[in-house]
Amino acid sequence: MEPLNSKRLSTAKLFCLSGLLLLASGMVWGVTGGLQYLLPGFLKQYLSFEKVRPLHVSSVVFWIIFGAMGAVMSYLQQHNGKKMYSSLLFRIQFLLFGITVILILVSYCAGIFGGREYWEFHPLLALPIVAGWLLFLFNFLKTVGSLRQQPVYVWMWLTGIVFFLFTFLESYLWIFPYFRMHVVKDMTIQWKSYGSMVGSWNMLIYGSSIFLMDKINQHKKYSYSTIAFVLYFTGLFNLMFNWGHHIYTLPTHAYVKHISYAVSMTELFILGRIIYLWKASLTEAKKHFFRLSYRFLAAADVWVFLTLVLAIFMSIPGINVYTHGTHITVAHTMGATIGINSFILLAIAFDILSDTCQSFEPFTKLFNRGFWLANISLLVFWLSLIGAGLLKANWQMQTDPVPFQTMMLQLRPFFILFLISGITLMSGMLLLIYPLVGNQWVCYFQQSGDRQKPQHFPRMSRFSIE
Amino acid sequence: MFTDRSRLLILVLFAIGFLLYSITLYSTQPPKTPAVTALSSKGKLIWQQYNCTGCHQVYGLGGYLGPDLTNTYSRKGPAYIKAFLAGGTVTMPNFQLSAEEMEALVAYLQNIDASGTADPRSFTIHTNGTIEQ
Repeated sequence: MEPLNSKRLSTAKLFCLSGLLLLASGMVWGVTGGLQYLLPGFLKQYLSFEKVRPLHVSSVVFWIIFGAMGAVMSYLQQHNGKKMYSSLLFRIQFLLFGITVILILVSYCAGIFGGREYWEFHPLLALPIVAGWLLFLFNFLKTVGSLRQQPVYVWMWLTGIVFFLFTFLESYLWIFPYFRMHVVKDMTIQWKSYGSMVGSWNMLIYGSSIFLMDKINQHKKYSYSTIAFVLYFTGLFNLMFNWGHHIYTLPTHAYVKHISYAVSMTELFILGRIIYLWKASLTEAKKHFFRLSYRFLAAADVWVFLTLVLAIFMSIPGINVYTHGTHITVAHTMGATIGINSFILLAIAFDILSDTCQSFEPFTKLFNRGFWLANISLLVFWLSLIGAGLLKANWQMQTDPVPFQTMMLQLRPFFILFLISGITLMSGMLLLIYPLVGNQWVCYFQQSGDRQKPQHFPRMSRFSIE
Repeated sequence: MFTDRSRLLILVLFAIGFLLYSITLYSTQPPKTPAVTALSSKGKLIWQQYNCTGCHQVYGLGGYLGPDLTNTYSRKGPAYIKAFLAGGTVTMPNFQLSAEEMEALVAYLQNIDASGTADPRSFTIHTNGTIEQ
């Protein structure tokens, strides 16, 4: 049987590498958008903000999706100890996604939008995404075979794939006049779909992180444990029913808000568990901190805590009234997408992409700098958004508020901090991405006739099929 | 504690609950649904065509660069809206909208305005954390 880390660049690696390039693209567009906040009219003639924002959002969302697809299929093969059902289907899936993402990004530059908040593109471009996802689902199911005696991460991957498909299709119900006719109903369904969609890709990413932790620890005790399944079902319950916290102030059905409020509070259980296990996590972190993959998982743990605390507060309607529509919501999103999703996916990228012809050893200093620069910058970035959000919350609650533009000028110091930390965050991330991508480039494109065996990060035998 | 069968059972129960919840939302209208005209429906598609939500919010949902437009119609009036649409601003491009497109957008903003208020000051906060408008 051909080993998984064959000399050919695997499709899972291609997904990871393309994802990293999309992350780089997303950060460049993010910084461009930050500049437009501070320099009104910057690039207005060519790429005004309504174009830059979707370029940023879609690049980052596709980084998450590409990374998650690569992780799931790579780890599923390692879990099964055999190759996937069809590598051809996986390649077709990659082509479908790759070409569509390029078309989507180009369409924004041409001023063609889906015009929905927050992840949007023309409905025609959603078709190949659905087709690619169906291939993913089919290939996954055929590779898994049976759900009997499967660890928690296989359940998470399966539910993540199924619910992403459902919510993605649901997010396009607006194309039917029945669904888009009434603005409040349309927004309710829109946020139902997007709220649950985030939960779906989180299932793919968190499942992959559990697999990676097992791999680092060299045992699978946790992924078969009762607590793992309790947390999985808590997450699934929230994925399905807590999305209403996005729309507390929308005049929709009252029960949507009550259900969401009650369900969101079950996250306190997850928070309590994090606090309870804090000391044990620190000991564990010290043991494995030298390992790059683990380091990012440890950083993601800190961001899970910070983001969860913020999310729980924002899920209380009485507090949400103040924070809704302010930059505190953005802080929450950035904490979740960068601090949790991106850091977990970087941990996975370091694991999957370490299996190449040359070692990452010469880049150790670079990785260390990148890691700390990204984390410290993200903290400043996050705090500056919370600061801006608090001022805006105060503004929108005043009895006689100053005009919007005056309020925006008052937020300027926070926007400056937000831009500077955004630039350093991008620099930190690029320090991490460059060697990850560069190494693959050297191994697969420049040394095609002279590849050597991997020199470090040996795969652990029980997870490897070689 | 969890057998394969119990896991599957929980999953199926959750999925049934989720589907019932979804169907209920698809088939019912929110409490206040103002009448929709052909012009305001067209305005909604123009709103999406130019990605207005990239910069503006409706009910606090959308971009942060421009102001929330939920109740702009009743607060500022159609002439004010049209003036902005016709000229753009330092940040907002002039989209070169036709008179018909402007009318449609104004009708859409009027429809949004009639659906409720996004003013957070209009909410009463109860001690159990719930809110009421």
